[in-house]
Amino acid sequence: MEPVMAVAIGLLYAAAIFLMLRRSIVKLVIGLMLLSNAANLLIFTSAGMTRGAPPLIPEGLAAPLGPVADPLPQAVVLTAIVIAFGVLAFAVVLIRRAYEIVKADDLDKMKETDT
Amino acid sequence: MRPEVALPVLLPLLSGALSLLFWRSRSTQRFIAVAGNIALLGVALWLLISVSLDDYVVIQIGGWEAPIGITLVADMLSAVMIVLTGIIGLALAVYSLASTGLGHEKFGYYPLMHLLLAGVAGAFLTGDIFNLYVWFEVMLVASFALLILGGEKAQMEGAIKYVTLNLLASVIFLTAIGLLYGMVGTLNMADIAQRLAVAENQGMVEVLSVMFMIAFGIKAAAFPLFFWLPASYHTPPVAVSALFAGLLTKVGVYSLYRVFTLMFDQTLGYTQDLLLWGAALTMVTGVLGAAAQFEFRRILSFHIVSQIGYMILGLALFTPLAIAGGIFAVMHNIVVKTNLFLISGITRRLQGTYELKKMGGLYRERPWLAVAFFLSAFSLAGIPPLSGFFAKFVIVRAGIEAGAYVVTGVALAVGLMTLYSMVKIWNEVFWKTLPEDNLVPVEQTVVGDDSRMVPASLWLMYLPVAVLALFALLIGLFAEPLLIIMNHIGDQLMNPQGYIEAVLGAEVGIEDVLVERLDEEMTP
Repeated sequence: MEPVMAVAIGLLYAAAIFLMLRRSIVKLVIGLMLLSNAANLLIFTSAGMTRGAPPLIPEGLAAPLGPVADPLPQAVVLTAIVIAFGVLAFAVVLIRRAYEIVKADDLDKMKETDT
Repeated sequence: MRPEVALPVLLPLLSGALSLLFWRSRSTQRFIAVAGNIALLGVALWLLISVSLDDYVVIQIGGWEAPIGITLVADMLSAVMIVLTGIIGLALAVYSLASTGLGHEKFGYYPLMHLLLAGVAGAFLTGDIFNLYVWFEVMLVASFALLILGGEKAQMEGAIKYVTLNLLASVIFLTAIGLLYGMVGTLNMADIAQRLAVAENQGMVEVLSVMFMIAFGIKAAAFPLFFWLPASYHTPPVAVSALFAGLLTKVGVYSLYRVFTLMFDQTLGYTQDLLLWGAALTMVTGVLGAAAQFEFRRILSFHIVSQIGYMILGLALFTPLAIAGGIFAVMHNIVVKTNLFLISGITRRLQGTYELKKMGGLYRERPWLAVAFFLSAFSLAGIPPLSGFFAKFVIVRAGIEAGAYVVTGVALAVGLMTLYSMVKIWNEVFWKTLPEDNLVPVEQTVVGDDSRMVPASLWLMYLPVAVLALFALLIGLFAEPLLIIMNHIGDQLMNPQGYIEAVLGAEVGIEDVLVERLDEEMTP
């Protein structure tokens, strides 16, 4: 399972970087979305994937029987998903406002604050 | 229980929540802003006293022993940074009373400011790497909203660059955390430090250290990752600029110091060279960028970049003295840089513009403002006996002792260039006569921060400027006791064993904790 995930994650990162290098601000935001999803999958995978062994302690025992899935990366990913969701909601509103004010979808036209 | 470690985070959160409750009442929000920040400064001083008594103050959140739960830990570095946060927070709260426009206050300026401070304080205090990421995001989201409050065209353009690059940095940070967890199976920074020291795959450790360097380098605006900063910091209302300039980038610098002295101290091979040359190039590009500018806040923004170079240089030299100098530079820079931005806000109000060409004659009109600018600007350039001199002096001395002559020479040359930019502002704004085509002081209707111009409220803007200028002078005059504190920080950072033991208890690994816990549960 891990090799498949690794390839998928690599593709997601590559697609995200490619989209972020485009000039369109819409593609920029889509790139950011893919990027955060790629990172979440990476955390999930790099911590090791265990199938069919939830980290539950049977009744009457003090420790789970045998190896179980690590619950911490799942908690971490959950937090990261929530944060990414909030931040991306902001980014979407931002590009909408920017489009209304600058009247362009093109990053090359947003050069007023450079120099 | 040591509540003083958690309170610097909880108080701003509480003030933020309270000001949200009083959404409609501007005067209540203003009162909470000042009272909340006074309380924050008080708690920060309490923390500083505790830390100077006990060296390390640790609190395990929820009673979960480290490394299982989240740890908040304060060493001398954290305590000093928290005190600076309190000082800057209070100065800006007072300044904002006069400088913030109605339009901003109505749309949550004060709650956002409190949340930003909570994020900054959390980042300084946490002992858990993923928790650090969370505080970074708290800080970032608040800063995004503050940056675009007002909705000018320049703000939108600046915000897109700021948001994109900071989110990219966050994702790199998160990726590094994921890989790190896969390697060592813990998120507690002290525990990570122990495990990385004995990790088999040292190549992976180096990859991770470079990833952290890039992520925090973007946040700290180090070369070549600084482009978002001069593109965005001059766009929001001036109090927001000052807050960003003073505190936000320094959080990135703090994280670099924390991560590289605690977790990656054994891999400092070529990463140290990377930091060293990055620091030199950061200094040079920043100061050259500033030389080309003729807009007050843009000059200052480029100088942030340049000064970050000095701080990173302190880390890159990696001796106790260099680290003391680097932290001294952080402290001096937070005070001085904030003050320069606040002064630019006052001159903007007096003359209606940030363009140096259109300003002039303020030395005759406002001699005391000129004195405050003089103190801050020449402190930034490193003229003795002001605060910047001692920061530079210590770093340069450490550089010579470490044999890094080229980089030290660059640091000295950059000091001269800084002086050039500051003299440029001095000549244009304070010395020359006001050009005839300046039609102000009739208030213009540019960004929202001028919509409520009451001459009587100007003293609220002068007060923090005067106090911070006094700090710049006092840091210089009483450099020795401060240097003793900085040397203490240098020692603490170079000997992370104390930090590790304070967090984990004496030499307990994760297995031991688990075994203990199981034993407790087994015995009836």
